Amino acid sequence: MLAIETEDLTKDYLVGFWRPRPYRALDHLSLAVEPGEVYGFLGPNGAGKSTAIKLLMQLIFPTSGTARILGRPVGDVKMRRRIGFLPENPAFYDYLTAEELLTYFASLFDIPASVRAARVARVLDEVGIGAERRMRLRSYSKGMVQRVGIAQAIINEPEIVFFDEPMSGLDPLGRRDVRQLMLRLRDRGCTVFFSSHILSDAEALCSQVAIIAQGRLATSGRLSDILGTEVLGWELVVDRVSPDGLALLRAKARALTELPDGRYAADLPPHQPEAALQELAAAGAHVVSLNPLRKTLEDVFVAHAVQTAARETAGL
Amino acid sequence: MSLNAIGKVALAVFKESVRDRVSYSLVLFSVVLMGASFLMSRLTAGQDLKVTKDLGLATMNAIGLLIAIFIGTGLVSKEVERRSIYSILAKPLSRSSFVVGKYAGLVLTLAVNLALMTIAFYVMMLYMTWTTDDWITQGWRAPALDPGLLVPIALLGVQLMLATAVALFFSTFSSPLLAMLFTLGVWVAGHFSGDLRNFQTAVDSPAAIALARGLYYIVPNLSVIDVKNEIVHGKAVPWPSVGIGVAALLAYVGALVAAATLVFNRRDFK
Repeated sequence: MLAIETEDLTKDYLVGFWRPRPYRALDHLSLAVEPGEVYGFLGPNGAGKSTAIKLLMQLIFPTSGTARILGRPVGDVKMRRRIGFLPENPAFYDYLTAEELLTYFASLFDIPASVRAARVARVLDEVGIGAERRMRLRSYSKGMVQRVGIAQAIINEPEIVFFDEPMSGLDPLGRRDVRQLMLRLRDRGCTVFFSSHILSDAEALCSQVAIIAQGRLATSGRLSDILGTEVLGWELVVDRVSPDGLALLRAKARALTELPDGRYAADLPPHQPEAALQELAAAGAHVVSLNPLRKTLEDVFVAHAVQTAARETAGL
Repeated sequence: MSLNAIGKVALAVFKESVRDRVSYSLVLFSVVLMGASFLMSRLTAGQDLKVTKDLGLATMNAIGLLIAIFIGTGLVSKEVERRSIYSILAKPLSRSSFVVGKYAGLVLTLAVNLALMTIAFYVMMLYMTWTTDDWITQGWRAPALDPGLLVPIALLGVQLMLATAVALFFSTFSSPLLAMLFTLGVWVAGHFSGDLRNFQTAVDSPAAIALARGLYYIVPNLSVIDVKNEIVHGKAVPWPSVGIGVAALLAYVGALVAAATLVFNRRDFK
């Protein structure tokens, strides 16, 4: 059974006050997410990521198409016992404390009162909310609200968790914590479906990704399949370079950058770096490192964004 | 719809409402107003008890309505504006349970606030009895600590249940400000229901008469259960019509909450 499945999921909004006309926010999205994966749902701002997640949470209703979570229709209230959801820029009740909010949400999952307090305390510990848990949420910073948002999404120990832009509002430490949390959830067997436009997070976390642009699925699949194994070039770092060696390096490299401590970083073409290495060694240069340059998620992302923009310009 | 879930939502609404400064300050304000009505009554000759009762009940009426409108109109629309609705609707909770729970929570808040104001009202009456000379109290038609005063207070509770239902209904699809205006409009029209029925005695325009008659049938009749004057002035209360009025208003409340649920169930939260 698939964890998440959508088929031709489409959402049109009516825009304009006097003469409303449909605007397609999501266009025939078909996804299949296997259980136990960290699935990155990527796309630029306004691509339709949040629309898709809201359709999965049934916060909005589809114009056409279907969606199922854990084999059940998205409108199934009982199914929601098994999932968690962090909305983008979450907001809660100002006059409740984090502890009270989580206790309230835990009660909606019918978590027994005997274990509720311990569960709330453990989840708040897990997201790094300390003594502030007894303060009212109105006094929280954006990052702290985000942490509470993550806590409420995992209070029921979900089988699938949906995170809409989970890194939003977090400082670097917070982002690291959330990345580690997502990996811990995966290790516990939880499927993590998260949307982001921060590609480094996706590269660090995801086994599968889908890239969406202008409401349409641009590509999806295993990250390794999307990025491929093709070497696009080599990044060579050398030091102790003589004037002759530097001239040689300039001739061979597509780009050359001077680094501190007399080091140079060269971008070499993909074919046969060995010859260049031998010639540089002969000129007395010392090789510090040589790394292959491969396609990054950013390259794929930008390529799809450019294609989409070109299609739009052509009126396709 | 689950009663269990409705109860949990209601309790959360109650918890948040009692911590809301608006609610606090309004109840405090009502106590101050009741105190002021006592002082004002001292300026009147022989009518002090009636004035105190009248002003005290009117204060409860106004403050109860303000709480119902201020909190009621924000019940759903604020959740949508703040986007707190996203997290709650993703929980194992039907939209209907959410709406009914919200309503029940505010009714509970109003009931507690009304109870507090009632206690303050009776404390003031008790103080009035202690501080008034016997020869004056012997002239009072009804005692200061008249249990009969609980009747208009309970009926005010029914009216506030209706105001809350109206506020809830409008808040499911409009902004808090519009919902506030609509609710106030229904409240005022509801208290002038009898005048709407007999509009032809005041104007000649057939269109205006038809409009007033239409409003009479649409707007709930609140004046029929407003028995403050009868109780305060010791007049007979028309119980049969009050009973029918209460039943009609409760049916109206049910219809409004059902309509709010229907609207909310179909709504997109972009």
